[in-house]
Amino acid sequence: MMVETAGWSVLILCSGIFLWGAWAAAVDRRPPFLAPALTGALSLLWSVAAVVLTVRFINGLGATTAMTDRFPWGVWIGLIQAGVAVSSGGYVVAATVHIFHIRRFEPVLRPMVLTAFLGYCFVAASLFIEVGRPYRLWHPIAMWQHHSIMFEVAWCVTLYMTVLALEFAPVVLERFRMHTAIRVMHIILMPLVIAGVILSTLHQSSLGSMFLIVPQKIHPLWSSPLLPVIYLISSVAVGLAMTMIASFFSSKAFGRALDASLLKSLASAAGLVLGLYFLVRAVDFTARGAWTSVLSPAWLGAFFALEMGAGVLWPALLFATAKSLDDPRRLVAGSFGVVFGVTLNRLCVSWFGMVPHTGPVYFPSSMELIISLALVAAAVAAFALAARFLPVFPAQDEGHARPEQAPRHAPLAPPSSLRSAKGPAPQVPAPEEA
Amino acid sequence: MPEEISRRHLLGRTGAAAGLLMLGARRGAAEAPAPGAPDAPAPTASGGETPSVLVDLTRCIGCRACVRACQSANRLPETEAGALRTAGAGASQTAGTDAPASWPRQELAFDLWTAVNLNKKKDGNGRERSRFVKQQCMHCLEPACVSVCPVAALYKTEAGPVIYRAERCIGCRYCMVACPFDVPRFEWNSGLTPVIGKCQFCAQNRLFRGQGPACAEACPTGALKFGGRNNLLFEAHARINARPETYLPHIYGEHEVGGTSWLYISDIPFEELGFKRDLPKMPLPALTWDVIDKIPAIVAVLASLFAAVSLGLKRGEKSV
Repeated sequence: MMVETAGWSVLILCSGIFLWGAWAAAVDRRPPFLAPALTGALSLLWSVAAVVLTVRFINGLGATTAMTDRFPWGVWIGLIQAGVAVSSGGYVVAATVHIFHIRRFEPVLRPMVLTAFLGYCFVAASLFIEVGRPYRLWHPIAMWQHHSIMFEVAWCVTLYMTVLALEFAPVVLERFRMHTAIRVMHIILMPLVIAGVILSTLHQSSLGSMFLIVPQKIHPLWSSPLLPVIYLISSVAVGLAMTMIASFFSSKAFGRALDASLLKSLASAAGLVLGLYFLVRAVDFTARGAWTSVLSPAWLGAFFALEMGAGVLWPALLFATAKSLDDPRRLVAGSFGVVFGVTLNRLCVSWFGMVPHTGPVYFPSSMELIISLALVAAAVAAFALAARFLPVFPAQDEGHARPEQAPRHAPLAPPSSLRSAKGPAPQVPAPEEA
Repeated sequence: MPEEISRRHLLGRTGAAAGLLMLGARRGAAEAPAPGAPDAPAPTASGGETPSVLVDLTRCIGCRACVRACQSANRLPETEAGALRTAGAGASQTAGTDAPASWPRQELAFDLWTAVNLNKKKDGNGRERSRFVKQQCMHCLEPACVSVCPVAALYKTEAGPVIYRAERCIGCRYCMVACPFDVPRFEWNSGLTPVIGKCQFCAQNRLFRGQGPACAEACPTGALKFGGRNNLLFEAHARINARPETYLPHIYGEHEVGGTSWLYISDIPFEELGFKRDLPKMPLPALTWDVIDKIPAIVAVLASLFAAVSLGLKRGEKSV
């Protein structure tokens, strides 16, 4: 009891400080105590998480999580699925730029590949903690069981992480001026991107297919033979939303100009995908006659309304109105709506939707959420570090604010010669229109 | 009581060895399966058919001899809840059964593969009706757990029993989620070497050596009957037809999720006794296989589509 109280306090304190930091960045304010508060929260969170991890690997999942035999998959599975979904920006933008050759989106390609790679690192780390015997995570690669969706997902995720690492490799190679290697990467880029998009299509949808085998355990609001389609379409929507979020916050954090026209195109595309998503879910609902179960129980109906309202309809409305298209903050707010909606959707499929079948036997322990928050914080911190030391963002030298001019980053920023270095790789795009 | 103990002692200590010796003499020792080999010749014990057990809930007195036999045959820890409880002095009797009201419940666990519990239900007249129900893995003919396991740790032997091979398991617990009967259990308090636990149908320690499962052999009332699945279905129908006023015309496990190796008959509706209701009659693995078997086609279509689009647009880009 004491432990749980302390755990929840840490959790609330740290998330509060992180939200404050995100808010301050969004509204361009830098309260004086923010930086030390963020550092303090991170140190506290990571120290506590280290203790929790130790206990988990000594005394087991039972000692750290609220999972039991009656509820064997908890909040971690939902968050792992959400993590895969929000990492979809990598394949969505890669397909846009390299398969459909819409070059305008090239400036956001590298940040999104990095976001995706770090997102999958979050997923892999979470799985490492979640499964009973993490040192056997390689078993699906050696012991085939091709009837299992999990087997397919394991292969796809492993291969796709490799693809992402290779897609990001030119950034690191550029940093160290390894031009021969960059040339090699350029040659294999196209098949690599196509492989990445196929692998993503497969496992984004397969995460939904994983729940096809338990139709009788999931509430009719979320139990559908179309789960793979629903998962795939929503992953595209959330990929576009994450691209907007990453562009927005990068511009804030690194003093870069925000490309408003790019954001606008992303929002329009996201609006279309959300519209399609809504249509598919409405048709699916009607075909299954699921509308009748919207109010039994009412709280699940409320979750569903929240998922569709705040996560689909509201953002779609924002992305479709001319007024908000010119206001990056509204677009980012809408994007957060999409991320929230998809996260809630994954949690509803794997957790809330199972509660009518299992009974109210599970609520996550503070330790489960501490681990997840610590891993998310680590991914965000890794993004910030990579963005600072590697040429993740395209060089800006046409009158835009240059990162070098922002004094707080000056000592850490790489030399400008590196940022504008143009290897043979096409990843360094020409600056957008002035 | 003493009789029971001596019988168990005999079975536990010498029965298996004697059975193996006799079997060896009959079939030739060379045919005895290697220890740990998941597959073995179709079990002679069930006449070459899918080995099954018929549970007649009207015959169960809740003595839990099956639970104790299971624990000793599979070297599971003997829990207090598994110990035989007789109706002691002062224990109030539950109407219609010999069970004391304070009958300790036992839950399946990674180290308790079968459990017998009292399920009470008031009927239309306000009279309490109760039956003991034995739980264990149902050994589906087409098991969901086997189809979802990414490493084939759960495995359906050719003979029929669904067994668990701990040396492959990564502890993902997908089997627990997928099981329509919520049977597999996890060792939650092991930091690095947790296992899944569930009934193995005594496959490797008894069945492949020509014996039925320990629980069925230990049952003193005939509530458990081991045999071939078709024979037992025939017998179940015969029992129902002989006393239609007692039995309900439903063999639980005959059609549920495509059929199971464990079959139940009862005089009280199954859903009132805690059995899962509304299970589909179709085998569950088909639900995911319908998706998986399309994957090669999807990959081929997407690969050619993307390659064509990408190359086509690239050419267009250059000619502009």
